[in-house]
Amino acid sequence: MAIWARLDDVCVRYGPKIVMQNLSLDIVEGAITCIIGLSGAGKSTILRLLNGLKTPDSGHVLVSGRDITTLRHLDLVELRRSIGFAFQFSALFDSLSIGENIALPLREHTKLRDGEIRTQVAHALESVGLAHTEDRYPSELSGGMVKRAGFARAVITNPEAVLYDEPTTGLDPIITHVLTDLIIHLRARLNGTAVVVSHDLESIYLMADYIAMLFEGAIVAYGTVDEIRRSPNPIVQQFLQGSEVGPIPI
Amino acid sequence: MLDDVGRGTVSVFTYAGGAAELLADSVRFIAAFRVRLRETLDQAYLLGVQSWTIVLLTSLFTGMVFSLESAVQAVQYGVGNLVGGAVAFSSARELGPMLSAVVVAGRTGAAIAAELGSMVVTEQIEALEALGLSPVRMLVVPRLVALVIMLPLLTIFADIVSIVGGMWVAHLYAHISYESFISSARAVLPFGDVLKGLLKSVVFGVIIAIIGAYQGLTTRGGAAGVGKATTGAVVTSIILIFIFNFLLSYVLFGNS
Repeated sequence: MAIWARLDDVCVRYGPKIVMQNLSLDIVEGAITCIIGLSGAGKSTILRLLNGLKTPDSGHVLVSGRDITTLRHLDLVELRRSIGFAFQFSALFDSLSIGENIALPLREHTKLRDGEIRTQVAHALESVGLAHTEDRYPSELSGGMVKRAGFARAVITNPEAVLYDEPTTGLDPIITHVLTDLIIHLRARLNGTAVVVSHDLESIYLMADYIAMLFEGAIVAYGTVDEIRRSPNPIVQQFLQGSEVGPIPI
Repeated sequence: MLDDVGRGTVSVFTYAGGAAELLADSVRFIAAFRVRLRETLDQAYLLGVQSWTIVLLTSLFTGMVFSLESAVQAVQYGVGNLVGGAVAFSSARELGPMLSAVVVAGRTGAAIAAELGSMVVTEQIEALEALGLSPVRMLVVPRLVALVIMLPLLTIFADIVSIVGGMWVAHLYAHISYESFISSARAVLPFGDVLKGLLKSVVFGVIIAIIGAYQGLTTRGGAAGVGKATTGAVVTSIILIFIFNFLLSYVLFGNS
């Protein structure tokens, strides 16, 4: 079982608040790893650590065998190009059309001609079910469509891994199902790794190869879907059942 | 008390250091010719061309009022032939560069801070970084280059408009002929002073772009943070424009 990324003894603080304390986690290559935990537990911070948007206060973050905490800025930029990031609110550039948003990484990082870029953008949009939306602007699309456009931008450069930050939050059950299928489909198409931060347990059970639960700055449970569902850890059980009673303080 | 002074001092130096670093990063991209041309032209239109009406109105009326105040008095003392020189002199050295810079800071500095601040709170800046793109190159450099080019052009426009406005008022209220006004202006105002005024506007362009961008990129919080960044950009830019105007006047015109 090859490891794509490893968080090793990582500590992260935001001001006086300790978000992660000696956290260690392996992300398996070619698998979908879902990270669950309470709101504000630091799940999205894990994604930001994995592509170097956040530097840990201590510890190491190894991606494809390289410690990104010691990388020079240019190498870090190079690494980020190999990792797609689908943001919670999509973070599409509102001054650009959908087509321009998705074409941007290709225009800036490749020497492809306009015609080739247009073809790839059209193909990417088609693969997320948004064919012929190139000329529309993010403000003209629904929440689910904007999410899918964000996915298309994240995968346009065929990255080795894609990080999804709460991809289904706030969407209806049908769109949630569509996006979950899309994450599975995109991972298979890219033959790469996916890391998904989500609260949506139904989606997680459908797509996850591995689940890691983050609680009070550390990973308290890690395993396959079945292992996590059968976990004897009362913290995990309280979270999965959504119970008010248990070791997790409300 | 001492704590407050210490905190204030640290925050001033942090701000100055952050803005200077942003300027240095931008200059590095410009020196390496890594400027996005299309975006720069778009920004030149948005930030510069669209400011011409406000520059026209402010400089026209300022030139007119300056002439109104001075022309009648000058004629009474028998030096009406100097009014053109006085208006041209003050317009090219001070009023043109300052007025253009202040109105552009109010309009454009606020727009830069608000746009970049909104991009911060909607994670668009982080998205650029995640795509391996530099927000400085993508967003700050085009605005900086656009303002450094457009503000001197607006200043030339402001100089001309305020002199023409002043000439009209001097003719209307003090019966100073256009010929006398123009010949006085040409006699008193060396071409070098016009260029020095334009040099000032280049510096003011840098101030407006960098302060607006720095405030925008350091926005924290939601809508309230964007509002705070916008106000901060305008206030800080205008204060710095006044300070640098004095320093530049001292250096450029100190002996003349």
